[in-house]
Amino acid sequence: MESYIEQIRTLAVDLLKSGKVDVVIGYRRGSVPMATVPFMARTPEQAKQLTWDSHCTLNLANYLTNRQEKIGIIAKGCDSRNIVNHIVENKINRDQLHIIGVPCKGMVNPKELQTLLDDEIISCAETGSTLTIASSQAEIKIEREDHLRNNCSLCTHRNPVIYDDLVGEAVEEPVLDDPFKDVNAIEAMDADEKWNYFDDLLDGCIRCYACRNACPLCYCPTCFVDESDPQWVGKGQNDTDIKTFHFLRAFHCAGRCTDCGACEAACPMDIHVRAFTRKLIKDSKELFGWEAGMDISKRPPLDTFAPDDPNDFIK
Amino acid sequence: MMANLLEHMGMEKDRVQFSWISSAEATKFATVAREVAQSVEALGPNTKFVKGSD
Ligand code: SF4
Ligand code: SF4
Repeated sequence: MESYIEQIRTLAVDLLKSGKVDVVIGYRRGSVPMATVPFMARTPEQAKQLTWDSHCTLNLANYLTNRQEKIGIIAKGCDSRNIVNHIVENKINRDQLHIIGVPCKGMVNPKELQTLLDDEIISCAETGSTLTIASSQAEIKIEREDHLRNNCSLCTHRNPVIYDDLVGEAVEEPVLDDPFKDVNAIEAMDADEKWNYFDDLLDGCIRCYACRNACPLCYCPTCFVDESDPQWVGKGQNDTDIKTFHFLRAFHCAGRCTDCGACEAACPMDIHVRAFTRKLIKDSKELFGWEAGMDISKRPPLDTFAPDDPNDFIK
Repeated sequence: MMANLLEHMGMEKDRVQFSWISSAEATKFATVAREVAQSVEALGPNTKFVKGSD
């Protein structure tokens, strides 16, 4: 980690000093433990605040949309795939970007770490793969690998798929025996069980839209839930409206979602919103042999037509 | 994929159906409409994604 941070800072300082980029988008330490915040470094001095640890959970591609300046951006595997999406969807030009790729070892789930200690965690330090978390009463050491976020434990693209500089060495990509175990479990339920599963899942949703705002795919100038003429969906806490919001937002991410987990990282109510997009990821793979954001020369499957597109759902 | 996601969320499979019928295919239209009506009737009244029923 320490060496990653040094390399990121050196690269960012050089890019800003040489005038190759106007801004470097990266992470800076948050104001509470186990948190980083997205940070736009515009001067070499500011670039020294850039950091890297096991809490870089937001997706920085989210901050690229329609920007005009030349940008350096830090990208782990999933961010890089969302950068590819952005390039393919004409939200940013490849020429504007200098991508500092960071091979990722997975980000941890801070809510899970908190359950390990009785009192509030007040510090978290990292050496290699070991994290030392402490409350005012206790201190324990844990292995990062054992407490990864759910999406990181299912990730098979830890290395950036597109970059100009790579920080450190590429990491080994995991091979999963059963990558869609979670989706299959829901598929095995009957219709009412499924309905109730998603009812329970959304039980705490306060419709703050943090999930949508954190998602790099959700860049529409006016989201369908915010339109008032026509008003596509009610704006209150009605269960049907909440479910409609999640169903449609997920569907808008079909063939585009990279399972980066930014939506879940942003949710204040700890709602497993990826339960919706995971199904779309599985179907994209099974129906179209498609994984989102892997190649800047290919458009997502729902954006193109091919004569052999699966169409047995049409009578 | 939309139909699959709806089904995944608990809508009954036959409640949402898709077909491609040209304006010249009157008999196909009638047949499909009858089939859709029959399969939806068999499922009974819908309560999902209906406001007020939750
Ligand atoms: S961030 Fe969480 S609480 Fe907010 S709208 Fe999304 S799912 Fe609901
Ligand atoms: S829906 Fe969630 S997991 Fe998918 S790209 Fe958006 S933020 Fe990432």
